[in-house]
Amino acid sequence: MGRSVGGPILEVEGISLSFGGVVALQAVSLDVREHEIRAIIGPNGAGKSSLLNVINGFYHPQKGSVSFKGRKRRRVDPHEVAQQGIARTFQNIALFRGMTALDNLMTGRTLKMKSNFLHQAVYWGAARREELEHRAKVEEIIDFLEIQHIRRTPVGQLPYGLQKRVELGRALAAEPDLLLLDEPMAGMNIEEKQDMCRFVLDVNDQFGTTIVLIEHDMSVVMDLSDRVAVLDYGRKIADGTPDEVRHHRAVIDAYLGVAH
Amino acid sequence: MLYREVGQYKTSYGADQALFPILQDRIGITVILLFAFVGVPLTASSFTLDSVLIPVLVLSLAATGLNLLTGFTGLLSLGTGGFMGVGAFACYKLTTFFPNVNIIVLILCSGFFAAAVGTVFGLPSLRIKGFYLAVATLAAQFFLSWCFIRIPWLYNYNVSASIEVPTKTLLGIPVTGPTASPVTRYLIVLSIVALLTLVAANLVRGRIGRTWMAVRDMDLAAQLIGIRLYQTKLLAFAVSSFYCGVAGAMMVFLWLGNAESESFNINQSFLILFMVIIGGLGSLLGSFLGAALIWGLPIVLRAAPAFFGLRIQSATAEQASFVIVGALIIFFLIVEPHGLARLWQIGKQKLRVWPFPY
Amino acid sequence: MTHLLYGIFIDPFVQMGAAPDLLVQTLWEGLVSGVLYALIALGFVLIFKASGVFNFAQGIMVVFSALTLVGLNEHGVPAYLALALTIAVMLVLAFAVERVILRPLVNQPDIILFMATFGLTYFLIGLGELIFGGDPKVMISDQLQLPSGSYRIPIFGGYLQMQKIDVAATIIASLMVAALAVLFNRTRIGRALRAVADSHKAALSVGISLEQIWVIVWFAAGIVALATGIMWGARSNVSFALEIIALKALPVLILGGFTSIPGAIIGGIIIGVGEKIGEFYWGPLLGSGIESWFAYVIALVFLLFRPQGLFGERIIERL
Repeated sequence: MGRSVGGPILEVEGISLSFGGVVALQAVSLDVREHEIRAIIGPNGAGKSSLLNVINGFYHPQKGSVSFKGRKRRRVDPHEVAQQGIARTFQNIALFRGMTALDNLMTGRTLKMKSNFLHQAVYWGAARREELEHRAKVEEIIDFLEIQHIRRTPVGQLPYGLQKRVELGRALAAEPDLLLLDEPMAGMNIEEKQDMCRFVLDVNDQFGTTIVLIEHDMSVVMDLSDRVAVLDYGRKIADGTPDEVRHHRAVIDAYLGVAH
Repeated sequence: MLYREVGQYKTSYGADQALFPILQDRIGITVILLFAFVGVPLTASSFTLDSVLIPVLVLSLAATGLNLLTGFTGLLSLGTGGFMGVGAFACYKLTTFFPNVNIIVLILCSGFFAAAVGTVFGLPSLRIKGFYLAVATLAAQFFLSWCFIRIPWLYNYNVSASIEVPTKTLLGIPVTGPTASPVTRYLIVLSIVALLTLVAANLVRGRIGRTWMAVRDMDLAAQLIGIRLYQTKLLAFAVSSFYCGVAGAMMVFLWLGNAESESFNINQSFLILFMVIIGGLGSLLGSFLGAALIWGLPIVLRAAPAFFGLRIQSATAEQASFVIVGALIIFFLIVEPHGLARLWQIGKQKLRVWPFPY
Repeated sequence: MTHLLYGIFIDPFVQMGAAPDLLVQTLWEGLVSGVLYALIALGFVLIFKASGVFNFAQGIMVVFSALTLVGLNEHGVPAYLALALTIAVMLVLAFAVERVILRPLVNQPDIILFMATFGLTYFLIGLGELIFGGDPKVMISDQLQLPSGSYRIPIFGGYLQMQKIDVAATIIASLMVAALAVLFNRTRIGRALRAVADSHKAALSVGISLEQIWVIVWFAAGIVALATGIMWGARSNVSFALEIIALKALPVLILGGFTSIPGAIIGGIIIGVGEKIGEFYWGPLLGSGIESWFAYVIALVFLLFRPQGLFGERIIERL
């Protein structure tokens, strides 16, 4: 499946998360190896998005820790997470609706832009050079995702499938080491799904990005991923290769709704 | 047919990123600037300069400041009047302490004082969002209004609690005070406004503008990209207040010639806010269009009846303009929430295909 | 320096203890203005609770309704008939607002609706001035047979003076609040109002007529505004300065939450009392007139610790 997989890049240990009385995650541990495509699946409400939010630093778990590239932390701010090299897409698209597709992608490169306020105010000189430099990189991503024709369209006006693609582009613009995709295929038809699968595979193949993927479509999961983790009611109930997981008793029970 | 871009290919990203990528726009802006800098001084009357052009330019600058904060960064502010006042009084005190320094330098410096005050009142924006932040800016507005009356040091202990502008010269020509001619004042205001608008345009099309808009559109996602919310919001407050402060200083020194504490009260804040709403939130052009409309409307209303041979008291015209402005705001919000600027864009779109309908 | 610290932290309390009757008087004054702030805030809460719109024009509705009442009376209409006509005018206004502003903007984001109420405010200011003139007017308290004069109650060796009109205002306000609370929580209409506040689309899908609900709610807010206008006008004059006082309702809403009726009352009382105490005991230290901004600072400090106010609902952001 593309590149050769390396050692663990992300380790989630014993994460417990609750909101008031509602338990979202209970002692969840898993690891993600470098360059792999890792899927997280489970019935609705299993806590998959919550887990991503913990990794991102939006939610702070009551117990447990997350290590990324060897650095362990319990509480961290979202923008620090971005600095460390994690990018993400969202279940309900989180694009900047007032901006064009191009601007959304350019915003994705904010961390890499260094020119200060004075340069920006004057524009000609350092700021302009930097702007053009990053524009060139962003255009590579635009070519890669085949969205040249909608560069200047405000994203609010784009159809759903294209919005998802632009959101992927914004995440890629940050050149992340770890990419978290929250239901990237949701709401798409067959063609769009095939395109998205192709992009995900290419991102992993060409850029070597490690990918963690939440997805409901089983065929997509089985085809794309190296390893799969299954969550149910906030607990991890299975972890392994797609084949192993597919035949796991607890997983079948969870999906069929058998009382357990 | 006039506005076609056919044949205008951008062969570099630089050309694509330019402020005016289309040739017709470039010609247009050059014509406007030529007219503004050369044509107007030669042809306009003192009345037009003093009562129309200078006020509209000054108010446009304040509207630009507010637009950066509310339109681009999404932070509703009702403290604009107060920040303008800070700039005005700061400039006044600076002229008292440094009577020999160039007045233009002092006007620009007073912007920094306003920026500092604006940043302080923007501090709550870390914890507070939306309507609630508007209340913090209201606190700023009422507190500053109170200060302008209650701190006599600000107006040099003048008995009438107002400030009179001293005469200042530039290259020997009086630019402020009673002897300064409208043309001189107009040119200085125009230059400052043009320069600061260019800076605003640069900020808005680059990294800083994008971070502001990202914070406005979805701050959670912005954080995830690495944008530091607090710094971004405070910068917006600082830059916006700078613009408002300079506008306030110009209002006193280059337009009215004097000021009272009442000049910078809550009504001023509302006035500028309406200019931004009607002109178009998030559009620099909109700031100018909104200022022109809201300032120009009462003037037109006062002049129109005479045009038709009717006679209306100025108070009635004033009240009628309230009614019309109120109705206009509602009208625009229903028909085009993005204001005059969007209407302008739509107009240009139609020009592209004219005389065809689509 | 110590003089300043003494002045802030010790002296005001010393003064409070030295003249307890003055303290009680100040508390009473604060309570009264607090009740009136609360009434204005109540109008906001009604509309916000039921339509999600922050009606900036509530303040001007107070002024406009009072002006209409007084203006009609000035032209020879007897007091109670004028009152009935004014109520009718507020109903017409509610219909007009629903038709012209709310219906076209039904799906727009809240900020657009908020700004539309700005437009409404200026429209009503201009209209009010055009029709009734800009001079302050005297409220027709006698014709409405509102109580006048005051009670003098000896306490703490001094006197507590309570204007009868203030007492009446407090009682009427309490009755109104009780009535509205019952309306919202116990009646079918109240349930429909709450449904509309939650989600327009969902309310439509169960057959609730948005238009009817909005007219009802704006009319109710109009009645509250009229009552407020009468009370305020009876204590001081009816003028457009009342508009600015209405802005004070914002700190009240912050304390009490935007959707809570009891919150509006408690918030109003806290702001009213806090403002008066602050002005009376700390005012001389800073120079008079701190009433103009003290309420906002109270609200601001509050927000820093509890961004959703005393009674407001916790805003949980979901990703």
